[in-house]
Amino acid sequence: MSPISRRKLIAGGAVTAAGVAGLAAADRIARRFGLIPPDSGGIYGPGETLTYAAQRVVGKHALAREFPRGMISKTPFMNEVAPPTDAFKQHEAAGFRDWRLVVDGMVEHPLSLSVADLQAMAQRSQITEVVCEEGWSYVAEWIGTPLSAVLQEAGTLPQVRYVVYHAIEKAWWESIDMADALHPQTLLTWGMNDGDLPVGFGAPIRMRVPRQLGYKSVKYLTHLTATDSMKKFGKGLGSASPEGGYAWYAGI
Amino acid sequence: MLPRMATAVSQPRVATPRHGATVRVTHWITVVAFLALAFSGYMIILTHPRFYWGETGNVNMKPLFRIPVPSSRDTVPTGYNYVLADENGWARYLHFEAAWLFVLTGAVYGLAGFWSGHFRRDLLPQRGERSWQDWLRALRGVKARDDGTHSYNVVQRTVYLGVIFFLTPAVIWTGLALSPAFNASFPFFVDVLGGRQSARTLHFFVSDLLVAFLVVHVVMIVLAGFWTRTRTMITGRADHERGREGV
Repeated sequence: MSPISRRKLIAGGAVTAAGVAGLAAADRIARRFGLIPPDSGGIYGPGETLTYAAQRVVGKHALAREFPRGMISKTPFMNEVAPPTDAFKQHEAAGFRDWRLVVDGMVEHPLSLSVADLQAMAQRSQITEVVCEEGWSYVAEWIGTPLSAVLQEAGTLPQVRYVVYHAIEKAWWESIDMADALHPQTLLTWGMNDGDLPVGFGAPIRMRVPRQLGYKSVKYLTHLTATDSMKKFGKGLGSASPEGGYAWYAGI
Repeated sequence: MLPRMATAVSQPRVATPRHGATVRVTHWITVVAFLALAFSGYMIILTHPRFYWGETGNVNMKPLFRIPVPSSRDTVPTGYNYVLADENGWARYLHFEAAWLFVLTGAVYGLAGFWSGHFRRDLLPQRGERSWQDWLRALRGVKARDDGTHSYNVVQRTVYLGVIFFLTPAVIWTGLALSPAFNASFPFFVDVLGGRQSARTLHFFVSDLLVAFLVVHVVMIVLAGFWTRTRTMITGRADHERGREGV
């Protein structure tokens, strides 16, 4: 073995060892600062983790673009009809009078809110774009109660890291981290374009997370749960989306 | 390790290895990343093979143009009476993972290219070879010099520079402008393009230009001798140097 190749071998070994140690340190730091998404396993885990971590590091508190009234889409696309279950139809026929949004999990005061209760808490409106992962989009005014106001009312415990939310159809559930849950533009919407929220767009209550794609903006919301870990929910991947092959984090 | 200086002295016809190690490694990683990006990108389009201009666009709006293929969504009117399987979940996962590989590899190549003088030496059109006559001569396939140094001609150099310093940044820019969270942090990325749907349409066109480059690039390599050129990009040595192996 020539001296040069031995030197290269030692140098190569040192670089590899440094690389492995660096990755281990990066992993520990990333976990500590909550930069690892729940669906970080598997072959797409590295890309998913890089995307989520980068966007949390670069723009954790950035505000989604808002638009002037003149840009509100005249022909928004509702994508889905109301869930055709009898339970939902009865609620719709009754004007959602008995609809309840339950807030539980790691909170000091579990809540059960009617739409009127929610409307009485706080109001905010914003003109933001709904962006579907398929590529289409529309701009609308969304009127609702900031999720942060509801979480404050319920008193989330300090260790809470995610808010899990369910539609009336139990198979449709999502979760977001606290950066999005406490974000001022994350609304529990009940109004749209100066009127009530139409059923096709998610009445009576729809989650709006404007920094993420449309599939995180779950319609027909019935249940919020504050938690410190996603392990106990479904397959532990963060939401129904990764179980169906879609990324948990939909900021891209 | 190929002894560069010794080669230059003993055999002036083959002054340097054809491709440096950084160029070769980043080239092949980019091949993998780009093929994954192109394939997954076209899969993603199948969910909505319609393109728009401006901020918004959906099936209730008039498209700028449509691609005449079936869709993987029954909400998109395509004229076909069947719906493709939904492949968008893994296509999106793959697209963004490959995008990281593409961008990080490109960053290594770009920094090394400036550092080593690769761009200036190998890709900047050479002094005295930048006129229209040089372009025409290169396009007709006449070699500007035939001294065995395998230098790229003015057309090749210009196209490579265009791909590296215009199309690649443009495809990254237009792609980032499709991320709602990225746009929250850097709204001008999407605003200067004229809105989200314009960014999506531009991303499609720039990607198509890169795919067109890939097709022409591969055709040229086939014409020049596929295995010889491919081996050169793997070993770094041009074919006629093989006789020197072991020197």
